[in-house]
Amino acid sequence: MRELVAIAVVALLTTAHLVEAGEIPPAERRSGTTFMAPDTKAMQDDDTSNPGMLWVMEAESLWAKKDGAENKSCADCHGDARDSMKGVAARYPAFDRTLGRPVDLEQAINLSRVRHQRASPLADESRELLALEAFIAEQSRGMPITAGSDPQLEPFIEKGHELFTNREGQLNLSCANCHDDNWDKRLAGSAITQGQPSGYPLYRLEWQSLGSLQRRLRGCITGVRAQAFDFGSPEMVELELYLMTRAAGMLIESPAVRP
Amino acid sequence: MAPAALINVPAKARRGDVIEIKALTSHIMETGYRRTAAGEIVPRDIITSFICRFNGAEVFRADFFPAIAANPYLSFFMVANDSGKFDFEWTGDHGFGATASASISVVE
Repeated sequence: MRELVAIAVVALLTTAHLVEAGEIPPAERRSGTTFMAPDTKAMQDDDTSNPGMLWVMEAESLWAKKDGAENKSCADCHGDARDSMKGVAARYPAFDRTLGRPVDLEQAINLSRVRHQRASPLADESRELLALEAFIAEQSRGMPITAGSDPQLEPFIEKGHELFTNREGQLNLSCANCHDDNWDKRLAGSAITQGQPSGYPLYRLEWQSLGSLQRRLRGCITGVRAQAFDFGSPEMVELELYLMTRAAGMLIESPAVRP
Repeated sequence: MAPAALINVPAKARRGDVIEIKALTSHIMETGYRRTAAGEIVPRDIITSFICRFNGAEVFRADFFPAIAANPYLSFFMVANDSGKFDFEWTGDHGFGATASASISVVE
């Protein structure tokens, strides 16, 4: 009996080891950009052909637009985004003390609207919200991702990790099954990729629009035929947070272009 | 928000150089063939025409149809003979209009 228990323990340890081995070693991490065809990459690299820059341009005027009961603009408090927003996107999702949980960049924009402008929050995936997010994220281009370094975020990162490794949906797949274990293979002719979040919000040719990381995650979750979490739900933010810690040190490329 | 446009024209060229002009503008390009969940047709909303003028003279024109992707991107070539100003103009359904301009200086 004792021997059997010992074997079971060894088996469990071996399984645990295999799960760990699934994680991508830091040196092998690759941005989605490296999986793209040269012409798509060229489109991303040239700011006059990257359609994401259309949103960034639009946000320059939104940044200066007075809004809400306070009749204040983003610029009235934050000044020139080129200085004040540098590096901000690289550290989101971040812990919000008032809410006691992490918020992503979009939620932070809306919280700032509600708290400081006394304006209504912008709708999820609305053009304005994506534009402001892209504009802020663009100020961190080329900077390494640092999200998740705040110790208060640890339990949320752990929850995000669980969501990433939990099998779900009719296809009974976890994120990790594809993006940790099979990222070097192809699925129906397309690269699977590692699912790194470094380019969001990004212009997806398939969407013909800019879209958020949450939109992409919802697409993937629907793809395994599971019920997708709502935009802005705690689960979505925990997943985003885990993905950002998984990509720690990788460089922000927003607004990226993807096929 | 005013429609945004991104233009890429070389700031300088030598006379006789073949230059590339790139123009990208913001537009949803709704085809008019899609239906809502209720079965009603989503009205067509596309850019129908693009014109590029150089120092007032038309040098490039394109007519757009429903198969063109959102945020259309155009690239074309011309020979740089003189310094001057490019004016870009997009027009479309529901009174859509957008303009942009860029300058080039041509040296010997």
